Amino acid sequence: MITTKPVNQKAWWLVLPVVICVAFSAVLPLMTVVNYSLQDIFSPERRVFVGTEWFALVMRDEELHAALWRQLTFSLAVLTVEIPLGIMLALAMPAKGWKSSAVLVVVALSLLIPWNVVGTIWQIFGRTDIGLLGAMLQEMGYDYSYTGNGTHAWLTVLTMDVWHWTPLVALLCFAGLRSIPDAYYQAARIDGASKFAVFRYIQLPKMRGVLMIAVLLRFMDSFMIYTEPFVLTGGGPGNATTFLSQYLTQKAVGQFDLGPAAAFSLIYFLIILLLCFILYNWMQRVGTDSKEGSDHE
Amino acid sequence: MARIDLDIAHSYRANPQQDEDYALLPLKMSFADGGAYALLGPSGCGKTTMLNIMSGLLAPSSGTVKFDDIDVTQLSPQQRNIAQVFQFPVIYDTMTVADNLAFPLRNRKMPEDQIKKRVGEVAEMLELSGQLDQRAANLAADAKQKISLGRGLVRPDVSAVLFDEPLTVIDPHLKWQLRRKLKQIHHELKLTLIYVTHDQVEALTFADQVMVMTRGRSVQVGSADALFERPQHTFVGHFIGSPGMNFLPAQVDDQTLVVAGHKFGLPPGSALPEGELKLGIRPEYVTLTAADDRTALPVNITQALDIGTHVLLTGQCGDLAIKARLSPDQHAPACGDTVWFGVLGSHTCFYKNEELLP
Amino acid sequence: MELELEGISKRVGAQPWLYDMSLAPKTNAVTVLLGATQAGKTSLMRIMAGLDIPTRGTVRVNGQDVTGVPVRERNVAMVYQQFINYPSMRVADNIASPLRLRGEKNIDERVRSLAQRLHIDMFLDRYPAELSGGQQQRVALARALAKGAPLMLLDEPLVNLDYKLREELREELTQLFAAGESTVIYATTEPGEALLLGGHTAVMDAGELLQYGPTAEVFHSPKSLRVARAFSDPPMNLIGAEAMNLGVQLNSGPALSISLPGLVSKHLTKALTVGVRASELRLQAGEGDVALPGVVELAEISGSDTFVHLSTSAGEVVAQLTGVHYFELGTSLTLHLNPAHVYVFDAEGMLLVAPQRRGRN
Repeated sequence: MITTKPVNQKAWWLVLPVVICVAFSAVLPLMTVVNYSLQDIFSPERRVFVGTEWFALVMRDEELHAALWRQLTFSLAVLTVEIPLGIMLALAMPAKGWKSSAVLVVVALSLLIPWNVVGTIWQIFGRTDIGLLGAMLQEMGYDYSYTGNGTHAWLTVLTMDVWHWTPLVALLCFAGLRSIPDAYYQAARIDGASKFAVFRYIQLPKMRGVLMIAVLLRFMDSFMIYTEPFVLTGGGPGNATTFLSQYLTQKAVGQFDLGPAAAFSLIYFLIILLLCFILYNWMQRVGTDSKEGSDHE
Repeated sequence: MARIDLDIAHSYRANPQQDEDYALLPLKMSFADGGAYALLGPSGCGKTTMLNIMSGLLAPSSGTVKFDDIDVTQLSPQQRNIAQVFQFPVIYDTMTVADNLAFPLRNRKMPEDQIKKRVGEVAEMLELSGQLDQRAANLAADAKQKISLGRGLVRPDVSAVLFDEPLTVIDPHLKWQLRRKLKQIHHELKLTLIYVTHDQVEALTFADQVMVMTRGRSVQVGSADALFERPQHTFVGHFIGSPGMNFLPAQVDDQTLVVAGHKFGLPPGSALPEGELKLGIRPEYVTLTAADDRTALPVNITQALDIGTHVLLTGQCGDLAIKARLSPDQHAPACGDTVWFGVLGSHTCFYKNEELLP
Repeated sequence: MELELEGISKRVGAQPWLYDMSLAPKTNAVTVLLGATQAGKTSLMRIMAGLDIPTRGTVRVNGQDVTGVPVRERNVAMVYQQFINYPSMRVADNIASPLRLRGEKNIDERVRSLAQRLHIDMFLDRYPAELSGGQQQRVALARALAKGAPLMLLDEPLVNLDYKLREELREELTQLFAAGESTVIYATTEPGEALLLGGHTAVMDAGELLQYGPTAEVFHSPKSLRVARAFSDPPMNLIGAEAMNLGVQLNSGPALSISLPGLVSKHLTKALTVGVRASELRLQAGEGDVALPGVVELAEISGSDTFVHLSTSAGEVVAQLTGVHYFELGTSLTLHLNPAHVYVFDAEGMLLVAPQRRGRN
């Protein structure tokens, strides 16, 4: 006996607003960008289909290659500094009592500050005349200048990002550490494990899930960094802190090269998508691996 | 291996005033070298607190813990050289089974060839030999718990192995196999084993001596037989056996025993004190007797449940409910029948202030 | 309330979760769903509740088809394994929540009387997190009862409690259900619990409904080996056997004289299975008993009973002995069984012979 039941169609109507929103906020702009990337547009009436020419142009763009390389180095540097630092911070944070809450609030403070304000703070902080950091480095005999020296500028942006975002990593790791049942620590004490062994064989494996999230978040975020270097250095000196998104803005808004800019943003989009995909799959695999271990609450 | 002597009390509060402030009321207990013990009681009775004090994970708020007459109260679990197995399997996810078993030995810097030998032996004993090279994280719960167990047994010189409800996460049909394994291990290694559980079957099966605990107090230490036949405290009668012992308020007045308004002669050879008492009789020992038997109460059957292997009767005598467990060979009365329950016999116990009268 | 499931089956993707089954639980009484984990008990309950729609088949309530009707529009109460309460509400508000939802009157009074029935009236002003597991589950039960739903579904409600608490609460529940105000479906993995609840039992295994009937009857006359396995604790001892003149020959064991019914076909007489309940193996030999010698593997003691695991020539068996008995591992022991008290299953696992039930006139 087969009885076909009326399937409730109401749900589709409920999804409709989201579909419309996504269409207007994502699909339509994306299609516009695709449109721009394939044509040379002089005015609404005069447009020429150029095929993949813009893409070819962008792919040969030396400056773009430099920006991409700079971007990758920067993101990798962000990860290598922030992840271990965040873990160390999390391990050092008190686990219980009012001290724990107090430290949590203090650690989270920098996360509450908007991007452009972070840039402004460091802009002043790093000045050699009135900034605490800049003046101090000068006093100590370093010829520090984030406006004149490319390396200094690059390092300042990195430090700024570390200052701003390491707490996020720390908070995630802290949450991961708190979810480890006490029995593990007790068992380790009974097994005679050293502090390092506890970290290596209990804490690190149990934090793997949250660490993956931290890596993903920090990678994506730093890959799209824009506001802070823009406020601090405007991408300079030279091109030292011109990262991908800023380069793109220069192309599109500054030089009004809409064709190449559109082609480039599509490539940018694909790069992020690809990296997301790789990281996500990696996370999934690691996630299922550690799943059995993490469900003993 | 060691004999363990406890003379302790523990309170999680700073200045304990009354009994309720104590997680563990002042208590003395001696665990013989090579014995198998169980601490049995409902959750919150203090059994895990006591275990953690023995292992050194917790320092008692007062008193001493001695291993072979040496005071170890201030020593860490490592220094006491104790092994403990927890309720949930604790395994090191990233290691193989072999590395997990070797971990306590490596931490103690045992030579690698000896480690290998010892791990092989323990794996053999726990039937883990085939899985030594697998990653521990991908095993089933019972195999994981065997690894935890193995890490406890792998050290040849442990003072005692403590178990904190180790079979909670094990499938029922695998439980008895692990229980047997534990029994065999105790047989072979003659280790001092102390086992905490709320499950009477586990406690009575595993241990030679069971300590029954309630509200931070030990109410009886004894063999399964003693706990079942002669519960020293009404709590033991209630807790051991399913269903637990029947307790009927009684009174001794001028050499007569009065239960639910019915008068009986005092049981021969017993010297029951005058006044209020409780009569305790296990449902297994309640008998169906002829009407007006000198040891029986008339009851109205309110429930007659065929529980397969037995028939479980509930009889109402006034406002007292008495349970009886009959063998299926007997003819069981039906609901609403009035029958006579024999409650006075060699298995009947009497209690005053919840304590057994001799 | 009259609940009726007809031709229900459920697939998830290509995976069959429930095979074609029909069940009409007894109205305003307790029906136990008995089966191991993954037997399909929860899937079936979700269909009864209206949380899931069956792939095929019809759910009828009081004769009306309600198959597609979502749970919100049905009047169903459910209690789960986990103690599910609103953590931010006091016990009293937790219990009152279904009443408030319907805008009922005399809420306080009804909450108080429910709390009294479940012995939690002294905790009404506390929060669930301040209660023990048993008390939390009592709150969840009180909330379910407050709903006064004609259909109550309980999915292993006692499994996460200590066994003594389980005993107490089970007895209280039986008394509450005896009032006969609603149809109760109670899922459990424990045969002992099913027997203590009484009522009717539906035995499930691997997504199939195997047998439904009054609980004691299903226990004493399991239709098949699968039912016998699912409905026995300790597990029924199953020994391979072959039919012979005037009885059966146990594989590498003694012969039993049992009068087998006229066997329908020859091939069924070959591989028989003899089932012996653990409680039918005894220490003392009775008249006509057959001896089964072996070696003790373990004696599990519950207090009221001792379960002896014995390794014999016919395989491993478990015996349930009343009271406390001690046996050293490895001791030789001889158990006795009466051929009149065994089950015989044919080659296809269907029941051929059930023992005569004793203690009845």
